[in-house]
Amino acid sequence: MKEKDPLNVIVTGVGGQGNVLVSQFIGRALVRAGYRVTIGETYGASQRGGAVMSHLRISRQAQYGPLIPSGQADVILGLEPVETLRVLAQYGNPAVTVITNSRPVYPLSVAIGAARYPTVEEIMTVLEELSASAWLINATDVAVEMGAPILANIVMVGALVGAGLLPLGPEEVELEFQESLSGDRLELNLKAFKRGLAEAKARLRRSGSVSG
Amino acid sequence: MSITAYEPGASQLLMGNEAIARGALEAGLGFASAYPGNPSSEIIGSLAEVAREMDIYVEWSVNEKVALEAAAAASFAGVRAIVAMKQNGLNVASDFLMNLNLTGTNAGLVLVICDDPAGLSSTNEQDSRPVAKWAELPLLEPATFQEAKDMTKWAFELSEKIKNVCLIRSVTRVSHARGDVRLAELTPPGRSARFAPTMLGQFTPLLVTLKHNMLHQKVKQTKEAFETSEFNWYTGPEKPELLIVTCGSGWYYSLEAVRTLALEESVGILKLGTTWPLPEKLVLEHLARTDKVLVVEEVDPFLEGNLKELVGDAFSSLGPLTFYGKRSGHLPTIGELDPDRVMSAISTVLGRERTDIDAEYAKKGQDLTQSMVQNRMVGFCAGCPHRATFWSIKNALKLDGRGGFVAGDIGCYTMALGPSGFFQIKTVQSMGSGAGLACGFGNLGRLGFGQPVLAVCGDSTFFHAAIPALINGVYNQANFTLLILDNSATAMTGFQPHAGTGASALGEPAPNVDIEGLCRSLGIRVEVTDPFDLQDTTEKLLDLMQRDGGVRVLISRRKCALVRAKTEKAAYKVRVDSEKCRGEACGCARLCTRVFQCPGLVWDSEHQKAKIDEVICSGCGVCADICPASAIIREA
Repeated sequence: MKEKDPLNVIVTGVGGQGNVLVSQFIGRALVRAGYRVTIGETYGASQRGGAVMSHLRISRQAQYGPLIPSGQADVILGLEPVETLRVLAQYGNPAVTVITNSRPVYPLSVAIGAARYPTVEEIMTVLEELSASAWLINATDVAVEMGAPILANIVMVGALVGAGLLPLGPEEVELEFQESLSGDRLELNLKAFKRGLAEAKARLRRSGSVSG
Repeated sequence: MSITAYEPGASQLLMGNEAIARGALEAGLGFASAYPGNPSSEIIGSLAEVAREMDIYVEWSVNEKVALEAAAAASFAGVRAIVAMKQNGLNVASDFLMNLNLTGTNAGLVLVICDDPAGLSSTNEQDSRPVAKWAELPLLEPATFQEAKDMTKWAFELSEKIKNVCLIRSVTRVSHARGDVRLAELTPPGRSARFAPTMLGQFTPLLVTLKHNMLHQKVKQTKEAFETSEFNWYTGPEKPELLIVTCGSGWYYSLEAVRTLALEESVGILKLGTTWPLPEKLVLEHLARTDKVLVVEEVDPFLEGNLKELVGDAFSSLGPLTFYGKRSGHLPTIGELDPDRVMSAISTVLGRERTDIDAEYAKKGQDLTQSMVQNRMVGFCAGCPHRATFWSIKNALKLDGRGGFVAGDIGCYTMALGPSGFFQIKTVQSMGSGAGLACGFGNLGRLGFGQPVLAVCGDSTFFHAAIPALINGVYNQANFTLLILDNSATAMTGFQPHAGTGASALGEPAPNVDIEGLCRSLGIRVEVTDPFDLQDTTEKLLDLMQRDGGVRVLISRRKCALVRAKTEKAAYKVRVDSEKCRGEACGCARLCTRVFQCPGLVWDSEHQKAKIDEVICSGCGVCADICPASAIIREA
């Protein structure tokens, strides 16, 4: 578990992926755990395919501003691989940890055949080059398997917590789901969260490393 | 999680706008009104959510001027009221505001203006603060989420003390950011609303100069209250080498910059929450302790100008001072601030290196990623009715062949100025100005003008500001066709209900104002079409355009795709028949993917064919009608 204060986390993705929801869930769980939290959100075009980014500042001592300075991110959670790259280039540093979903959401330029989208291998090479540790999670595949592709964001939250990158245990996040959701939605979200936790745990076992 | 969900004393993660709303509830709010506009919409939105529980009145008004008028009436009748609007909305409300300031108010009336530096969700980045000086009204600028709540609460007290409107200026990075806020007790509103003026002409401009003089007195009273305000504070050394004077979101950036550059021993920060009229004594006291001042504020050098005015008056006692900021070029005069820009300004002023930048990493990051990271153009959603409407507009204008064009307006459809709407919109200014411009274009005939004129506006924009222009067009016999893009929502700002949706701000049934009937009552020829029927829409539009003289209206009616996704099943299962799709050899130059540009219909460069992205496709089936080879199949 990271002790850095403030801990600077960026959640990034494309409008419609549930970026804002992710930052809110995490933020509320952290406030409940007694942290001072600020979330700066850029979502002017959130419903319309634009790049979206939430800056989380997490501290035991003080509230920080809504924008993380360039080069100062500690953790980047990417719901979309190219958005992860975009954010890493501006806010990364040699010590940053990156955890990204593998499934692309094509920009219009790619969808209309005017530009090429890099392969996952190309993206991972750069992510590894620019970070201390880079995690690739097939969150959309897991969510599709569950029958609800929209839950890829919650799978990613599970992976983030499972990787020990937040000062929060799984039960603290689950409590937040229980407070905010109910019925089928709660069940599905909890399931997605646990699948994400398991993805991270499996990876930790494979690499034999211990984080947090 | 509503703004009343937690107990007093608890900390809750609140959006700046929610904190403002919570502050109003703690102050005993009774009445709230607004027209939606980002970044202000969640203030009234979050109050509407708890209106029943708090037993207060909340409305989505038809426009900002009416919102302010309605709230002023509540104030006149002894009820604390709040109005919220974005910077553009202030312009709509300002005619009333510039008279309300003279007549004054009764119960606390707080006007929150949310500015949008860099125009993240706006058509301009206007700095609204000069209105405080213009209207001689107190101006507060919250810097933190806690302050957004506490300042709003206090604003009601100040308003009641001076019997005038109190202004709060927020910005996107306060309004749309979130932070933990410590809650206080909620105060229920009283139940004794009554309009009872205590003197002759109290709420009228009777004796303008007398009222103007009273306004000056209120400014003096405000200044005194500001001198001891808890929203102004200083941190730093006794005699700073550099004094930063800042307000609003500039405060966090300044604090972070000074910390990051490890300059706490030499740089001081005077954070002002009360920015007009300035607390003169407090400000002069701090200015006297330094000879270098950097002003950090969003958009225009408003605070900087007012500080300099003050320094001009106190010149003989202050000694030489050098000011840095927007006027000196140390901070940008366009776009929004961030901690990096403030760090650069401080480093330049003090002649120090920026120690926080890892230049080697930054360059490597840039080099490795730039070829992989494409821009994401925003555009209409998959299944958006606007894309279909603008497709028909494009075709009708082409068939007509007389150089017709579209005057645009404010809403999601503004994006039709770009590729998503085939570049059809040629003008965009303010709410309702498409129809207003059409009145002018449509009366240039005697000056040699021969192009057909189209104007577009959404349903909510129609109610907000297009109706007077429409009546003007009828009266003055302007020659144009107005397309009303009725998607049954204020979609751009978060699907708030409006006069034509049959629901109130609280989600209760409300009278549904009939756009069609209203237009017909003006003697206008009105046609209604479903934009997904491309042929019918094109034909009706062409027919209306080619009629002689006067105002015509085409209502293009289909629910917003995002609303449909929540309430309806997809109409069709859509697929591309790869046998029929001829790819680049088709001869249509890829009308489907290159031109139509629906995010649900993509070009498969591997197979050189079009294909449907099933995760994104909304199943509207419109693309089946644009494929000349009938290769796109829709199945019910």
